[in-house]
Amino acid sequence: MNARDRILAKLNAAPVLPKADPDVASWYETHRNQESTADKASRFRSCIELAHAEVYAVTQASWLQKLWEVLTAKQIAKLLVAPGTAHGQRAINELSPSDVECRAYDVPIEDWKTEMFRDIPASLTSARCAIAETGTLVLWPDADEPRLMSLVPPVHIVLLDAATIHNTFYEVMQREGWANGLPTNALLISGPSKTADIQVTLAYGAHGPKELVVLLIGDEA
Amino acid sequence: MSEHNLNFMPTEGFRARAKDVVENPFLRQSFRGAMDFLITKRAAQFPSPEELETLRTLGEQIRQYNLGKLPALLLQLEENLTRNGIQVHWAETPDEANAIILGICKAHSAKLMVKGKSMVSEEIELNHACEAAGIDAMESDMGEYIVQLAGEKPSHIIMPAIHKTKEEIARLFNEKVPGVDYTDNVDELIQIGRRVLREKFLVADIGLSGVNMAVAETGTLCLVENEGNGRLSTTAPPVHIAITGIEKVVEKLAHVPPLLSLLTRSATGQNISTYFNMISGPRKPGEKDGPTEVHLVLLDNGRTQAYADEQLRKTLQCIRCGACMNHCPVYTRIGGHAYGTTYPGPIGKIISPHLLGLEATANMASASSMCGACGEVCPVKIPIPELLMRLREESYSAPHANPAMRGQGAGYSRLVTSIWRGWAAVYRSPALYGAVTWLGSRFRWLMPAKQGGWTSVRVPLKPAPKRLRDMLRERG
Amino acid sequence: MNLAESAAPRPTDVYFFATCVVDQFFPGAGMDAITLLEREGIRVHFPDEQTCCGQPAFTSGFRDEARKVAALQLSLFPNNWPVVVPSGSCAGMMKHHYPTLFEADPVRSAQAVALSARIFEFTEFLVHVLGYQPEDKGADCTVVLHTSCSARREMGVHLTGRTLLGSLNGVTVAQQDHESECCGFGGIFSVKQPEISGAMVEDKLKSLKATGAERVVSADCGCLMNILGHAAWKDEQDGRKTPSLPGEHIASFLLRRTAK
Repeated sequence: MNARDRILAKLNAAPVLPKADPDVASWYETHRNQESTADKASRFRSCIELAHAEVYAVTQASWLQKLWEVLTAKQIAKLLVAPGTAHGQRAINELSPSDVECRAYDVPIEDWKTEMFRDIPASLTSARCAIAETGTLVLWPDADEPRLMSLVPPVHIVLLDAATIHNTFYEVMQREGWANGLPTNALLISGPSKTADIQVTLAYGAHGPKELVVLLIGDEA
Repeated sequence: MSEHNLNFMPTEGFRARAKDVVENPFLRQSFRGAMDFLITKRAAQFPSPEELETLRTLGEQIRQYNLGKLPALLLQLEENLTRNGIQVHWAETPDEANAIILGICKAHSAKLMVKGKSMVSEEIELNHACEAAGIDAMESDMGEYIVQLAGEKPSHIIMPAIHKTKEEIARLFNEKVPGVDYTDNVDELIQIGRRVLREKFLVADIGLSGVNMAVAETGTLCLVENEGNGRLSTTAPPVHIAITGIEKVVEKLAHVPPLLSLLTRSATGQNISTYFNMISGPRKPGEKDGPTEVHLVLLDNGRTQAYADEQLRKTLQCIRCGACMNHCPVYTRIGGHAYGTTYPGPIGKIISPHLLGLEATANMASASSMCGACGEVCPVKIPIPELLMRLREESYSAPHANPAMRGQGAGYSRLVTSIWRGWAAVYRSPALYGAVTWLGSRFRWLMPAKQGGWTSVRVPLKPAPKRLRDMLRERG
Repeated sequence: MNLAESAAPRPTDVYFFATCVVDQFFPGAGMDAITLLEREGIRVHFPDEQTCCGQPAFTSGFRDEARKVAALQLSLFPNNWPVVVPSGSCAGMMKHHYPTLFEADPVRSAQAVALSARIFEFTEFLVHVLGYQPEDKGADCTVVLHTSCSARREMGVHLTGRTLLGSLNGVTVAQQDHESECCGFGGIFSVKQPEISGAMVEDKLKSLKATGAERVVSADCGCLMNILGHAAWKDEQDGRKTPSLPGEHIASFLLRRTAK
């Protein structure tokens, strides 16, 4: 017998103690309200701001202007973008005439890993949706917008459509049917990277982004 | 069992190590301060007692439901992980787990492994195994990095370097990290760690991580963290190896949100951690990053022993939040190193006997005042005090056939047992009790001035001149 | 909360289970508790055969020995009267652990379950069963209350002591830091792990003294034995002749404050 068989044999020899499948749905129904889009947006915002993220209310028309302002204020001259996405293309088209260089993530990481780690000050990605309860961005990195974009650059800028904010994590996975299939990597991000490992003193920018900027796209004002 | 010579200190030295910390006012204050901080933060996360109670009940139900189906769920997990392209390995012992991991390293001619935080890797002493095999295993969690640099072990499962002051860390960095001047500014210290470790993430061959929950229905490994080193370890190197105890599997994705909420709120008082990383496969064709290989090592190491007993199985409900140690008055006084085991505090006392056997851990369960604080805060309602009493029983009872635990009877003493038998003989007999306590009250002056540990900080115990029953009799 | 108004009629008779610690070390506390109950018009029955609830052996891992001692107590309360226990930890043992201790013995198990429902910690009984409203006749003073871990976590009666003290007009109850933390007694623990237990009681005494309270009261004599034993030791070390923090069982304090 190999280790697998031995472990399973021991588990199967143990007493069988079946328990009912807990009713997770009703706990959430009883304990979490369904909020309006505006309330969710404001709860999301206050939570993620508490976690040290910057949030700017923008519109579909105005977010590029705000992006440029943020980059300029932070004196960032290079932005990592995903050329295969609509927002990435728009950034390339509209930022290029300015003094911000758009670096496209268009080849496998092996071909430019050193540059990614040493010479990319900021990145732009979209969020798939968000969670109001905890102030959380949900990202599903893919071939167009790969995993490291939201991790390695010191400043991560995220586009979020306010209409996609859910009440809870549980609601997200239920409504979006996550149990039917997940991407290779799904991420919940609730602020910039941080640690309290030295004398429980909070410090930001431990290993991931030091700054997290959310461009929260709402209706036209 | 394992031939592997684990580097854990036997519990023999426990009292001496505890004494060292207790007599160090600086360390005492530092643990006390840190635990107070975590206690306050947790409390702020649970303003509603009703929500706390119902969520803990839900957490308990979820863990018990999944443990109830554990063998089937492990098979389902294996099947779905395999379908997703994640290679599954099974290890019964630390030696087997290390051999599997080193085998993968060897296949890739790996020189450098970066590690996200993994208590299971501490449990199997992977760093030693890597060192022996000529592989540089580098901890990347800030606390773990500090502890590794100092040549120590974590003193807390969530905050590994909680025993160190920023000044000590400043000296350590100044001494051990090339080109670093002394600074005790926490932000600067963290940035030094970031700079050093980024270079490692860039070139590492292997990323190793733990797992907080493994979802059977989707074949997903979930990791909870704040720093981003877990994500880097599982994303940047070409190969990711995850290692976990077999008990961490849940059947459904829907089981994840309540456990995640309980975990982060109980552990560090955060409503959620900065990152929740769900991995369901290696890099797919067309994807530009992520590891090209992902492995999962499922470790037994004594967990099946706990599983075999209905009461002891509750030990496996643990989600490793550390709230029990934060609230433990014993842990707060002595810190994590005194225990001499991977997992310190109340959870360490109840899990370590399964990992290491009662021979090595027989005395651990006695180091509790049974105050119940651990059971009260446990987010999945593990009855820790009840399990401690069970372990005392397993340890002190005379060795017998077919024991539930390895090392049963390791703490057995003919003398102690006969003292308790004598005690029971007196206290079960009104006549004997009456005689003994009458003598005690009449000859109270005979009570010794030194009464073992009691009189180290207390005046000697002396029975009252009259017992309550005497006073009642006299009153008529 | 005043359950007396809604619950069962006021009992005329109760059993008193003194506990071995009160019988041998704090008989005055037992006497005062009995006197207080009698003053409320209740007949108090003290079964003379009582010894100990069995907890010392139980928590030490000697269940068989605990069971033998517990079996004796189980037979001492035949009438359907409440059993009042002036200790949260012994009450917790009888209320919560007797039923599991006798699981394998159907007859005793049934007895244990029935007894469990009749077990009341002293302050719980005063507040929730008698609806006791003490009339304070003492001079103004500040006290600090220590509640045992068993009273708090096993019996869930950590509020009743506070309620009783709070209803005394002249008494201010000081708030110590780390109130809910264990004093370090833990029975055999204090002897087996004297360094840790010693550190715990040292911190507890400091917290209690830091409030500036004149005395400490508690409904558990085990904790009192530990805390006062350490306080007296400390006084000896410091060369003090009078106690820096006197203390007593809450029954004694209540009786004195309300004496006519």
